[in-house]
Amino acid sequence: MWEFLINPWPWWFSGAAISVTMFALILFGRSFGFSSNLRTLCAIASRRRVKFFDFDWKKEIWNLIFLVGAIIGGYLANTYMNHGEAVQISQATINDLAALGFGDPSTSASGVQPDELFAWENVLTLRGFLLLAVAGLLVGFGTRYAGGCTSGHAISGLSDLQIPSLIAVIGFFTGGLIMTHLLYPLIF
Amino acid sequence: MRFIKYLLVGIFFGILMAKSEAFSWYRIQEMFRFQAFHMYGIIGTAVVLGAAGVWIIKKLKLSDIQGERIKFNPKEMGFWRYFLGGTIFGLGWALGGACPGPMVVSVGYGVLSMLVVFFFSIVGTFLYGEVRDRLPH
Repeated sequence: MWEFLINPWPWWFSGAAISVTMFALILFGRSFGFSSNLRTLCAIASRRRVKFFDFDWKKEIWNLIFLVGAIIGGYLANTYMNHGEAVQISQATINDLAALGFGDPSTSASGVQPDELFAWENVLTLRGFLLLAVAGLLVGFGTRYAGGCTSGHAISGLSDLQIPSLIAVIGFFTGGLIMTHLLYPLIF
Repeated sequence: MRFIKYLLVGIFFGILMAKSEAFSWYRIQEMFRFQAFHMYGIIGTAVVLGAAGVWIIKKLKLSDIQGERIKFNPKEMGFWRYFLGGTIFGLGWALGGACPGPMVVSVGYGVLSMLVVFFFSIVGTFLYGEVRDRLPH
């Protein structure tokens, strides 16, 4: 059992675990939508000066607690459930990424995120910093514009057969494919 | 104490994002290049089980632990905000290799530079709040 849990989880187990997360929150009278936290953090920081962020953020504290839990979960996974190997991606992806100058996952310090983007010596260059900053800006702007992220639209919304969520997910993939296939060759 | 259950579900979510490898930039790249079934299997399983569960909750008119009838709020109809917002999100998702949940899981995992991405995602949400009246929705 423990052996199964510390190895990378198969897709069917991972997918089932995501629905357990969603149903647990629904059972608690909430809903599964992570990026609402970004709006809550803006509300706390802006102190009611911007209309969009003028709402009773105290009702959203539960989701910030969930966020803190997610950080702890990441820590626990690495500290106590690490099987010591990098992410095993397909050879085709390794080849594509090599052509862009990315080493395979085993060359990265974390084994899960590439050093080419996330090692401090790269983050602390103007170019490296801008790449991460722009990625964050796009995610934060886009998720609020679309009214949700992967959890709110792709999981919660599609489970409730919401057409707006389907449009948003089509958008997620439109943007992701443009970035991966058209912009990556220009950037890297 | 009433918040501890959210902490526990959050911890479960963090472990799950890490052990499923769905929080990895490499897995997101593999997904957008259609070179493995893994991410599609994860999202597909979650949606199929989710849809079955939501259908059962509605059919049986189930209640939450406070005894309130569980309601699902339909999203407002529209096209542009979902499509344009979704596309902008997707550009960032593929560049940083993470959506907001996986970002903080990565930080917990030890990739502290992901905090830069997370910080700017808050800034991005703030910018949206500033310009939203001028955008098509």
